[in-house]
Amino acid sequence: MQNNSCHQDIITLENVSFSYQNQAVHSGLNFSVKERDFIGLIGSNGAGKTTLLRMIVGLLKPDSGTIRLFGQPVSQFKDWDRIGYVPQKNSFNPLFPATVREVVLSGLYTRNKLFRKITKADQKKCDDALHAMNIEDLAMKRIGQLSGGQQQRVFLARALINNPSLLILDEPTVGIDSETQEGFFHMIKHMHQHHNITFLMVSHDMEMIRSYLGQQPAIESGKLKFYKKHSHELQDCVENDLTHSLRELRHQMESKREVVTVGDIS
Amino acid sequence: MEILASEFFQRALIGGVLIGITAPLIGIFLVLRRLSMIGDTLSHVSIAGVALGFLIGVYPVAVGLLFAIIASFFIEKLRKTYKTYAELSIAIIMSGGVALASIMFTMGRGYNVNVNGYLFGSILTLDNVDLITIAVVTIVVLVAIISQQKELFLLTFDEDAAAVSGLPVRFYNVMISVLTALVISASIKIVGALLVSALLTIPAACSLIIARSFRQSVITVVVIGELAVVLGLMLAGVWNLAPGGTIVLLLIAIMLVLMLLKRGMKMGS
Repeated sequence: MQNNSCHQDIITLENVSFSYQNQAVHSGLNFSVKERDFIGLIGSNGAGKTTLLRMIVGLLKPDSGTIRLFGQPVSQFKDWDRIGYVPQKNSFNPLFPATVREVVLSGLYTRNKLFRKITKADQKKCDDALHAMNIEDLAMKRIGQLSGGQQQRVFLARALINNPSLLILDEPTVGIDSETQEGFFHMIKHMHQHHNITFLMVSHDMEMIRSYLGQQPAIESGKLKFYKKHSHELQDCVENDLTHSLRELRHQMESKREVVTVGDIS
Repeated sequence: MEILASEFFQRALIGGVLIGITAPLIGIFLVLRRLSMIGDTLSHVSIAGVALGFLIGVYPVAVGLLFAIIASFFIEKLRKTYKTYAELSIAIIMSGGVALASIMFTMGRGYNVNVNGYLFGSILTLDNVDLITIAVVTIVVLVAIISQQKELFLLTFDEDAAAVSGLPVRFYNVMISVLTALVISASIKIVGALLVSALLTIPAACSLIIARSFRQSVITVVVIGELAVVLGLMLAGVWNLAPGGTIVLLLIAIMLVLMLLKRGMKMGS
């Protein structure tokens, strides 16, 4: 039995319009993302994918319309701990002096934790996230030394450390070889099916999106296409407790073959 | 050698030790965010303030500081206007500062102003008021950076992720600019306006060669900054050289040595 509280609105866009230099990028856009949805967002360059992501997280303000996160208008939203964010691979300088551990820990530096010191519990969360992504051996390496696939695992670990309800991925597989892309995508699918996480992923990779989310987009708006899939795997309304289950997740993902099997259920 | 025991040299040394901590520390955030030129810009505007200070008979360092802070706000404003050409704001404000300074210095030609000291640094001119100014700036910068180090790291590494974490990104950007303005104005009398940005950027450039972690790079920049400032002031004192120039050449020498060492290690391994 699933009750309604399992399917709260995570992201709601009502009549959202946005223009850039007098050119309409989005006009009258409506859509809602429910708990445990996986939304794949596809569009050509300049279709407004990144603009939309930036509006959703409050980096840009729409010209008109309302955007809500977890039921609250973005401007009043405060539970930033609930959102994990995975950026594009090339969003940082490879020479940047930061270790994998420093990057993963930075997922905890949210507004709610200003002036708070890093505690032992935080270090433990970091260990768990590193372990789950199978990158604990890389913890003290400089992030720029890692391969593209390893860097994506680091960013995923950073996004997961807060036990997020919503994971936003901005073209996470750009610049990564196809085999690693596949592994990464299976990992994401696995998390969608076995954990109470809602996904919003911007991607260029039509094939991967369609293979998991179906051939037909749920909504089309301008040059943007929204593909959607809801996860029915979890039968009960369990609280998302990823930190505890991260270790289990690692065991499940230990062998790639197993992950592929899990990922191919759809 | 007796110059090293003199009161004015001791003052310069204490002031130098303090800016040897703050300038490289703030510099690492600028360099990693690709804002290295901000230091140069603010220092050039700061000279205009110093010139005005002389012209109207107000403590020049304070007017320089005020100018640098105002310029830092303008940089943010222009950065927003020319989003994709952010460096343009730096070029505009830098030349504006020099233009203003040159006009004001010519207007005040009748005064007996040691312009050279402000442009290239001096160990003779630091007085107690300057030293107190440097000490206060050091405390402000250290408190701000130490209390916000986690957030500043995230902002520097990934500004979008910082915004998605709900951090007040705009506030931090202004904070870094204002702290830079403070450090530059406080350092001008020792290092000189034309060379102060080197003290911000070269230690960071050195840390990029050797540091593996952010923590290591913070320690590296302070150690290198201190080494160059203390040694530079001593050499400048003993051989009567311009302190700013001596410090900067030492910094460049340290950087070259580190580059060679790294190359040697790579070839050896």
